[in-house]
Amino acid sequence: MTIGRILRILAAETKCEFLKLVRLPAYILPTIVFPLMFYAIFGLAFGGRTGGSSIATSLVATMGAFGVIGASMFGLGVTIASERGQGWLTVKRASPMPMVTYFGAKVLMAMIFSAIIVALLFLLGFLFGNVRLPLASWVALAASLVLGAAPFCSLGLAIGYLAGPNSAPPILNMVYLPMAFASGLWMPLTFLPHVIQQIAPALPPYHLAQLALGTVGLAGSAALTHVFVLIAFTAAFLMLAAVGYQRDEGRTYG
Amino acid sequence: MIGSPPHVVAQFAGVTKTYGNIVALRDVDLELRLGVTALLGPNGAGKTTAVKLLLGLAKTNSGRVTVLDADPRRSSTREQIGAMMQVGKVPETLRVREHIDLFRTYYPAPLPLDVVLEISGLTALANRQFGQLSGGERQRVLFALSICGDPSLLLLDEPTVGFDVETRRAFWERISAFARSGKSILLTTHYLEEADALADRVVVINHGVIVADGTPAEIKSQSATKMIRCRTTIPETDLRAIAGVRTVRLNGERVELLAAVAEPVVRELLLRDDTLSDLEVSGAGLEEAFLALTQKGGAAEPEAVPT
Repeated sequence: MTIGRILRILAAETKCEFLKLVRLPAYILPTIVFPLMFYAIFGLAFGGRTGGSSIATSLVATMGAFGVIGASMFGLGVTIASERGQGWLTVKRASPMPMVTYFGAKVLMAMIFSAIIVALLFLLGFLFGNVRLPLASWVALAASLVLGAAPFCSLGLAIGYLAGPNSAPPILNMVYLPMAFASGLWMPLTFLPHVIQQIAPALPPYHLAQLALGTVGLAGSAALTHVFVLIAFTAAFLMLAAVGYQRDEGRTYG
Repeated sequence: MIGSPPHVVAQFAGVTKTYGNIVALRDVDLELRLGVTALLGPNGAGKTTAVKLLLGLAKTNSGRVTVLDADPRRSSTREQIGAMMQVGKVPETLRVREHIDLFRTYYPAPLPLDVVLEISGLTALANRQFGQLSGGERQRVLFALSICGDPSLLLLDEPTVGFDVETRRAFWERISAFARSGKSILLTTHYLEEADALADRVVVINHGVIVADGTPAEIKSQSATKMIRCRTTIPETDLRAIAGVRTVRLNGERVELLAAVAEPVVRELLLRDDTLSDLEVSGAGLEEAFLALTQKGGAAEPEAVPT
């Protein structure tokens, strides 16, 4: 198969992956609506009263991370667990579809949704939170958030391959929500108990949030450290996914 | 190496496939030729395993499967095969047209969308989301996906399972029409009637072994054609031993015997039991005939009998 044909399949697959989820309220509500709603509550209403746009600004970064992480984990985890566990992937594999486009389309779809969430948050922050940043900072923030989807796509892939079609959604929620809270995505870490502040650096969302905050000048630590940690998490989750993939290959196609 | 003759589309050579302790296929030799072949057998006979091997979705324990003279695990082979598989759940928020268009991109020379919609009877439903379709309509979408690459070999794994009679007949028409355009089809089914209606050749499989192979007419003549019912005191084991009796089944007070020819069996019954009553001889239905065929040499599996 030529590269040109693979790219055409990838484009078609990504389009279908996007349409499939954009019509699914069960996906749109938690991944797009919730981050915007939380931003309106914590960043605009609450942040507005305590004065200063720094909360409104920092919450664009951390709610952006929250949205990106949700879109990636659920976009891959739920769909893969269901399609793998209920025979749809077998139908696709009976066709000449290359597996690389199946996974590639899901990652691209997660990044498209991430970009949409980030753009809407920017708009909310700019219009109602009085968030003003130099263009370079907007761009750096958007890029770090969208590219920061990688470790969470990998985690979704791993859970999609290790969990069943019914157990994947609750497992994803049980990983996603506590991890987001303890990484300071909903409210700044300084407001959280000391023990959580100590746990946070062990969690991948913390590093994405710090990276994002750094681009708008609201984090003290070096960006490079967070990039390396996120790459390491990506590698670890991909290895976990590979274990699940091998197990599934043996069971389903052995 | 000499390739297979040009009319052979797929080949099983000494194929054994096991899943743990379960033997799905046992040393199967089979050549699929141009035309429509039905692989007929009860649930668990090994039919789906055979289809998965033809698609390269399973590995043999021993032996070799070739499709169109090539390894089915290569994507260039799959470009020439279409498959309708049994599937639990299909993404429900995509429209019929979107599903078909996506699968069309997988193939180098797909059929035009309108043609696929027309053949599968989906033209009026093209903009409907999959989740809004009825069971029969959903099967037609899966059929559409299987033909959209314009395959040389089409594999249909129990395409009409769960259909009512009318929907089934309408679906047979679509399959027949596609076959007439010069395609080879392998169809698995547990309905003898379906095999009879569609196939040029019927291969009967049970417990992973081919038990019969011939035209639909030959298969029907090889199988039991007479059903004998009566009340008798002859024990079941003795009934089974009577020459010509294929199967014995207890049905309330009466026993039901299947045999190719009824007269010698009836004569023997009357000789052995002078209290015999309620005797009735009738032509066996297709399903009984099929039951007799698959039980030859294997243990009876009453739960696998189609109803």
